[in-house]
Amino acid sequence: MCGIIGVIDRRKEPMDGLRIKKALSQMNERGSGEGAGYAVYGVYPEYKDYYALHVFFNNIHETKDALDATLEQWGRIVHDEEIPTYEQPNLRKTHTPWRYFFKPDKKLMAWSKSPEDDIVTYLVMKINAERKGSLVFSSGKNIGVFKASGWPEDVANFYRIEDYAGYLWLGHNRYPTNTPGWWGGAHPFNLLGWSVVHNGEITSYGTNRRYIESFGYQCTMYTDTEVVAYLIDLLVRKHGLSEELAVKALAPPFWDEIDIMAPRQKMVAKALRLAYGSALMNGPFAIVVANQESMVGFTDRIKLRPLVGGTCGNRVFVSSEEAAIRAMEPDIEHVYMPRAGEPIIGKVIP
Amino acid sequence: MTIDANGMNYTELNTRLRAAVAQGIDEVVVNNVLGQRFIADGLKGNIRITLNGVPGGDLGMFMSGPTCIVHGNCEHAPGNTMDGGSIIIHGSAGDAVAHSMRGGKVFVREDIGYRGGIHMKEYQEKRPILVVGGTARAFLGEYMAGGLIIVLGKNDGEPVSERGIGSGIHGGEIYIRGNVQERYLGTGAAIQPYSAEHRDRIAPIVQEFSKALGMDPQPFLDAEFTRICPMSSRPFAGKYTWE
Repeated sequence: MCGIIGVIDRRKEPMDGLRIKKALSQMNERGSGEGAGYAVYGVYPEYKDYYALHVFFNNIHETKDALDATLEQWGRIVHDEEIPTYEQPNLRKTHTPWRYFFKPDKKLMAWSKSPEDDIVTYLVMKINAERKGSLVFSSGKNIGVFKASGWPEDVANFYRIEDYAGYLWLGHNRYPTNTPGWWGGAHPFNLLGWSVVHNGEITSYGTNRRYIESFGYQCTMYTDTEVVAYLIDLLVRKHGLSEELAVKALAPPFWDEIDIMAPRQKMVAKALRLAYGSALMNGPFAIVVANQESMVGFTDRIKLRPLVGGTCGNRVFVSSEEAAIRAMEPDIEHVYMPRAGEPIIGKVIP
Repeated sequence: MTIDANGMNYTELNTRLRAAVAQGIDEVVVNNVLGQRFIADGLKGNIRITLNGVPGGDLGMFMSGPTCIVHGNCEHAPGNTMDGGSIIIHGSAGDAVAHSMRGGKVFVREDIGYRGGIHMKEYQEKRPILVVGGTARAFLGEYMAGGLIIVLGKNDGEPVSERGIGSGIHGGEIYIRGNVQERYLGTGAAIQPYSAEHRDRIAPIVQEFSKALGMDPQPFLDAEFTRICPMSSRPFAGKYTWE
């Protein structure tokens, strides 16, 4: 059991972190105090053209020089600093959070169609797989993930989350069940523009992991959720699927439902199941995925985890509980519960 | 008595409700309810509690006797393992409504989510009832062992248009307004004839529901229902062991 929440302002009006902090704390019962976190889009306007790398360092004297050297081999560190944190009585600071604003040297992957993204992905996978006491947990442009082991409110106060503002927020309250709680295992998970929060478990993790690793991704965070971030990156960024189709590939209709579809839908549904059989996610889950342009929430095919959607003006909300949405937006205009596998989508208005 | 629940934790709210019962108060109004779980859990007595707002999950769990009236939606599992009394919801409710319920009534004016009435049960005079005014999603009455579920489908469209109705059902009955497609039935569930005897059985419940929620009962009383029952008392007898 975990608590998830997300909001997007479709006109990109910034929102500070105060309300999402309140909303996530509303769902304290869904967590165990072993992990909470927030992702915010539009958070670093002054550095929006650079990749914002958020890193957890173990002993910083031992680890930081090596990471600086690795980054400088592949580009330029425009600015870096410790992420400000504020001591909390119930939160043990076992890592030092740091942020880099980084410009990759695209000449180093000149053959690629997206050399900067590919360099950053390569670096994140390499640094995290090497396990040398540095973990990159956020790597998008103008995006920041703030997370730790603790209760949602403590983690929010630790980073003073209300001091940050952005047009899209995700929040997560963790109740780890299959692996121990640790800072790197807290949600949101992020890679480049993609961030994911997740309630439940992916019982097809083994199959999904083998599939995604065959494309060069590496799973390093001892939890099933990161595989979702990589699957979405593969299906949408690399294969060019729409978010709607990607959700259909990850949580597809049953074969007996496909059998009675109209010919065209049937063809598409069948093709997706055949092409992406190894990407199909089984098990109980509710997931919210975001990138710079959109936020998508969806559940497993038989709805074993809760998910509620809401709209208010230009804002689209998604959460495990209606009360959390109402805590964030008391004047909410429309609240509803989508069917299993049916996505809640909020897109930036171009 | 009136309680303002704004920012109040459920422990304090429940402490105050218990104190009210102990003092013999029979009417409490709770305003600004937002997400407090476990309201009235295990509460015994004849108190009537009006909740204005959206209560959190497991409203009235193990409750025995009180009436909870909700002016708003509910989250997951209102009436979880409830023993007696009633929960009347002027709105919709989430998944697993009336989960494992063993007595009393849950009335929902609008829609419910997935697995409504999962594992409801009955014993002698204890016969729980779940009535839904709108629609129910998949796996309605899953593993149902007793009691009664009625889905009235007050709006247009099929009241239940998803898979797994009565999946693993081995006791109790499900009544759904109109026709139900065979393919929506779960393992162990069967459609049985709906006759005057059954109409007479559900009519007083439909009337009580309509009165509690301020609706006209006539369209429901005039309607035809599909009656779904267990095929046997042990649908999975041969699943894990064999003779």
